[in-house]
Amino acid sequence: MCLAIPGKIISISGDDALTRTADVSFSGLITTVNLAYVPEAKQTDYVLVHAGFAISLLDEEEAKTTLASFEDLNNSLQQES
Amino acid sequence: MKYVDEFRHHHHHVELLTKAISHACSRPWTIMEVCGGQTHAILKYGLDQLLPPDITLVHGPGCPVCVTPLDAIDKAMAIAALPEVIFCTFGDMLRVPGSDKDLMTVKAEGGDVRTVYSPLEALTMAQQNPQKQVVFFAIGFETTMPTTAMAVYQAKQLGLKNFRLLVSHVRVPPAMQAILSSPENRVQGFLAAGNVCVVMGYSEYLPIAQHYKVPIVVTGFEPVDILQGILRCIQQLEQGRCIVENQYARAVSEHGNRQAQIMIKRIFKPVTRSWRGLGRIEMSGFELNTAYADFDADNYFQTTHINTKEHAECQSGKVLQGIIKPTECPEFGIRCTPETPLGATMVSSEGACAAYFAYQLRQLNAKTVVEH
Repeated sequence: MCLAIPGKIISISGDDALTRTADVSFSGLITTVNLAYVPEAKQTDYVLVHAGFAISLLDEEEAKTTLASFEDLNNSLQQES
Repeated sequence: MKYVDEFRHHHHHVELLTKAISHACSRPWTIMEVCGGQTHAILKYGLDQLLPPDITLVHGPGCPVCVTPLDAIDKAMAIAALPEVIFCTFGDMLRVPGSDKDLMTVKAEGGDVRTVYSPLEALTMAQQNPQKQVVFFAIGFETTMPTTAMAVYQAKQLGLKNFRLLVSHVRVPPAMQAILSSPENRVQGFLAAGNVCVVMGYSEYLPIAQHYKVPIVVTGFEPVDILQGILRCIQQLEQGRCIVENQYARAVSEHGNRQAQIMIKRIFKPVTRSWRGLGRIEMSGFELNTAYADFDADNYFQTTHINTKEHAECQSGKVLQGIIKPTECPEFGIRCTPETPLGATMVSSEGACAAYFAYQLRQLNAKTVVEH
């Protein structure tokens, strides 16, 4: 139910804050999504989409930080063993 | 960065995390996730099988379809059967058993029941069918509330008189508190539902972690996310810490999505609600604010003659509280299957019983084949 899928904004239409929409690509499948809850969203951004609405922008730096933390984890495991 | 593959199909990270979890874990711990999406990912990818035997994962009331109270489902069916109504719902609700039938049966009997992906589709239907009453079954946690709130807000702006919500929204934190307060509680740490926190942030979990002395890790939905959430939870448990951590930082900030919260507050107000299988939980749900009361399908259709009747054999209440696992129910896979469900947890696409039926029976069958 709370499933939300990451997709990339291909284009944005409209300028009304409540009805502004984007075409969002999910690995090539394109769907129109309401942008009312991510007013700062712009073309090429990745958004999380739930029930026809983008509910969050995805933060690339944070994603990279999470992935980079696995390197540290690997190092610390190797040191301990 | 695609935000999926990096966290899903990455065997090196999965291996690393499972090794780190085994390394960190020195004694038995029980962890609960409160999101049906996470429950299904755990079973689908067999993540529970990768963990040391000391770690028990139990599956909380994280499937909104499963906790929607029986009287709401019976009301939905009564409204959907009315000739003037187009009844719109997320697909998950169609086969959830009410007292004596489900919405799919109402549709088969001639009710105009339609599956939609977004509440905005129901709004469009109301505009296109002015002679009909269009009702949307507004279920779901905080993740979904901004979407139904926006549909009502736009309906009012458009002056629509034929669009209504049957509201059965619920909040996650009061359910976690109810579980932790139960004398039967066995949960020692939580994975908080990532997409609920996308909307609400995680500050409201800080007092829960402090008061009940449980670690809470906001966690995403991919295998790597879930394993990292479990690792961080185990590390806290082993070190005797109980704070809120955010594993899903690429999508969740401490304060969540402000615009969405403003819209929720504009349209809804908190009320005490019943959860299917769990009973009444103080201030755990929502109803429409007075300014939007005209859009309330429950008021408009006055469905007061509902007599609910739950299957006595169904143990979904214990499953939803983490007291038993689905496979510990004597009816699991025997009288209760996705084709003949006794309770909602067996039929919803996110229900814990459905997940065990779909994936664990498959694993058992695979093992049997190997052994022979």
